[in-house]
Amino acid sequence: MPRRLPHKDVAIVGLGWTGSILANELTDAGLEVMAIERGPWRAAATDYPPNYAQDELRYRIRHELFLQPAQTTFTFRNRMSERALPIRNWGAFMPPNGVGGGGVHWNAETWRFLPSDFVLRSHLTKRYGARFLPADMTIQDWGVTYAELEPHYDRFEYLCGTCGQAGNLRGKILEGGNPFEGPRSRPYPNPPQQQPFSHTLFAQAARQLGYKPFPQPSGNLSQAYRNPLGVRQGPCSYCGFCEWFGCGNYSKASPQTTILPVLVRKPNFTARDQCEVTRINLEPSGRRATGVTFVDTSGQEWEQPADLVLLCAYTIFNVQLLMLSGIGQRYDPVANRGVIGRNFTHQTISDVVSFFDPKKFIFNPFIASGAIGMCIDEFNGDNFDHGPYGFVGGGYMGQVQTNGRPIETTPVPPGTPKWGAKWKQAVKENYLSAIKPGTGVHGSMYSYRDVYLDLDPTYKDRFGRPLVRITMDFHENELKQNRFLTDRFAAIFQAMGARQMDKQYRRAPYDITDYQTTHLCGGAIMGTDPKTSALNRYLQSWDVPNLFVMGASAFPQNAGYNPTGTLAALAYWSAQAIRTQYLKNPGPLVHA
Amino acid sequence: MLSRARKLLLAMAVLAPSLSGCTHAHGGGRVDRQNFALIERGRYLVTLGDCTACHSDPTRSDSPFGGGHPVPTPFGTLLAPNITPDPATGIGNWTAQQFDDAVRRGRMPDGRRLYPAMPFPYFARMSAADVRAIWAYLNTVKPVHHVVVADQLPFPLSLRVSMIFWDWLYYHPGQWRPRADESAAWNRGSYIVRGPGHCGACHTPKTFLGGDERSHELQGYSLQGWFAPDLTGDPAHGLALWSAKDIVAYLKTGHNRFDAASGPMAEEVKDSSSGMSAEDLAAIATYLKGEESTSRRRAALAAADLDMVAGAAIYRDICAGCHKIDGSGVPYLIPDLAGSAAVASRDPATVLRVILHGAASVATREEPTGPQMPSYGWQLDDAQVAAVATYVRNSWGHSAGRVPESAARAARQTPSASAP
Repeated sequence: MPRRLPHKDVAIVGLGWTGSILANELTDAGLEVMAIERGPWRAAATDYPPNYAQDELRYRIRHELFLQPAQTTFTFRNRMSERALPIRNWGAFMPPNGVGGGGVHWNAETWRFLPSDFVLRSHLTKRYGARFLPADMTIQDWGVTYAELEPHYDRFEYLCGTCGQAGNLRGKILEGGNPFEGPRSRPYPNPPQQQPFSHTLFAQAARQLGYKPFPQPSGNLSQAYRNPLGVRQGPCSYCGFCEWFGCGNYSKASPQTTILPVLVRKPNFTARDQCEVTRINLEPSGRRATGVTFVDTSGQEWEQPADLVLLCAYTIFNVQLLMLSGIGQRYDPVANRGVIGRNFTHQTISDVVSFFDPKKFIFNPFIASGAIGMCIDEFNGDNFDHGPYGFVGGGYMGQVQTNGRPIETTPVPPGTPKWGAKWKQAVKENYLSAIKPGTGVHGSMYSYRDVYLDLDPTYKDRFGRPLVRITMDFHENELKQNRFLTDRFAAIFQAMGARQMDKQYRRAPYDITDYQTTHLCGGAIMGTDPKTSALNRYLQSWDVPNLFVMGASAFPQNAGYNPTGTLAALAYWSAQAIRTQYLKNPGPLVHA
Repeated sequence: MLSRARKLLLAMAVLAPSLSGCTHAHGGGRVDRQNFALIERGRYLVTLGDCTACHSDPTRSDSPFGGGHPVPTPFGTLLAPNITPDPATGIGNWTAQQFDDAVRRGRMPDGRRLYPAMPFPYFARMSAADVRAIWAYLNTVKPVHHVVVADQLPFPLSLRVSMIFWDWLYYHPGQWRPRADESAAWNRGSYIVRGPGHCGACHTPKTFLGGDERSHELQGYSLQGWFAPDLTGDPAHGLALWSAKDIVAYLKTGHNRFDAASGPMAEEVKDSSSGMSAEDLAAIATYLKGEESTSRRRAALAAADLDMVAGAAIYRDICAGCHKIDGSGVPYLIPDLAGSAAVASRDPATVLRVILHGAASVATREEPTGPQMPSYGWQLDDAQVAAVATYVRNSWGHSAGRVPESAARAARQTPSASAP
């Protein structure tokens, strides 16, 4: 029998970026908030101090900061006709775990989506005609516009101390920034980071080719910063151990370095770590949540009653809890009905590894940060005419190399043996003069009818609940997009003077073992129609109005950017709606 | 510590069994709970005096001032008594005069003498009106029924009569007088620092009997494995670099451009100085900036000294990432080792402790970050710890002498129970 805890105004599931933002906003509104986090409490000095934060084996290879598949996992298949099998070692993405969530181990690339990304279907239909889109592509408008989100992007950037160069300040295009970005109301709070040599050369070459390169917006700090909550960060030391790692010296924006120090001081905030929420509880009508049930490390089940439930977990876990709690109609790809699990997307990443003459180029690749880089945005979203190319979507591309770590970053030219003396010789020869951007081409992935999440019929987790089943493959549109982008990316390295290039196109089938990014999106998407979306434009469940679902699970499709800036802006947008509308009159904020 | 205790035993052996104090109750009358001005004044004085540091048990957050919190002293551990108005176990039956006798004279209503862990030699400098206000305030807090057996000291220290001798040596009541030649702010600062604030309880060197060395007031003292730094303007060891503004920021927020409060000082900031008024903090700063010290400056170790060479290499490798090559750190986040009050102290206890065990700085409303320094004790051996401590204590204008390996070894053994 679950033991019942005292009632709270708000129960938050997951204490990462969105959970921390919502907890801070709603405690400011005077509500009693309980955050429940599956993983452990984490702090720099005790969990990733600078004297072992840079342990590549521990964090990069053995995944210490991530969820362990032995605790819970997903099953995967490419197609509906296949039998899905459980993932036993993370590959394509890294499910976070613990307080801070993905905000602990992210690169801190802090982008805004393009204005056209939020009205994608209507925009593309208007420009190219409905027949230009593949028949099974299920992209949608978001129900919220860039203009509506702008103040919330701004809040997140000032919370993080994001470093960058504005490209569009209130409509005025500024030299050195991204000319394609939507208008921003103020400059970034901090100047861009310093750029290493190869990143600088990339920008020079891009400029020679007629592009407008700009520094990637980073949550790795270029200088000391005190955010509006009074929390301080220090300048990044360019150690090159950022993504996959926690930052030991307070210079990467994370919930720990921006919000939690303020949150933990509030008497109306409580957090429970090492507690896994297993169910959202509903009234018999199924129209109102009464709280959540969770299990602690001793196996004891607890019930946390609450007036308002906020799902703030990682994409798939949000979807899983909705499915297992019987909230919303589960998506059926055959009938093309239902909403929970639909429009699941990831990213279309590729890379070009370039080799330069070691006598002329010494790049010192170990000088880097997680979001360092010089990028171009000419081939993102609908920034170029797709008419001649027969695909939609795109992505930013750039020299965004984040490290020269000894296990991971030992690029050798194609044809080199995989081991032995010749391999060692090639590593030695090329270590300082090769460029391996990593996620150099950051392509979008649009949504399709047969890419979705549901519950696995065979495999169960340790509580006996079905695992989530991922059905995902690349479609021709994304493969075309990737060939186009990768070739243009390679042309820039050619112009830099590379003597050899290894173009690593993204190919089908989708490979669950090959890391792309952790940017899983969709499955519980926002929209304007309850038949095709799980949430309204305020991230409120259409079915259960006292339930809001944060995170990238709300994205109807993924754009050609990293998602954190957008999911955080959505969290602030939703928090504002809760504070100014919902609390005054609890109930549906949109009547469909 | 042991040798101190042994000396105390010797000192006490010469004490004749003595007269016990006689009970006296003058009867101050009950507190007028409608006298809000008096009660509020008392509340503020309780903050100023940091009574909660000893009298509130942090593990019993629902019963402030209920006592039972262990107070470590060089002679053993004492449990601070219950000072809530509970009649049976607290001070509910005490008169104002009895309360005044305890606070300013170290005498219990039954005549027993208090150990000076209760800093009554400082409180003796308070005015009767202030003590009366504290008594009034404490009579309004929630009564907590909590029996505390304060005496935990071994025989013969357990004989409180031995305190007669101690009091005779170190208890000098009624000393504080305003000085006409100083400003009102200086006088107020002097009153707080030497009276209710009892700064010297930690920061003034002690004799082997635990009494203040009055000729070295506020020049730093080692306790609980930390060194409470020299608060005077001493250029070698003190706060010469700190402006009055820096002192105020440190006391109010736990942080300033040079330094961060950790260890026992973190508790002080959290419970006491962060709650002081701007005027009082400015007064404390005015007073401290006027404190001169007379220590002689010695020469820094040469850069070619082997410990300095080794220390510089270790520093560059593992410290400079945060504290920077020039020791300057990041203001309000990573201490500036050139301006930190702890680095060049006479005693390297704090530097060694922080390197070996790490430290958590205090988080306050104004400075909520509360950055922490991780432990390097598992990474560096005693010789390496001593070398890097020597390096930071002889660089960037410091000349605090060599730290021997034996000091690092001893600091490694220091129990880290009280912090970080």
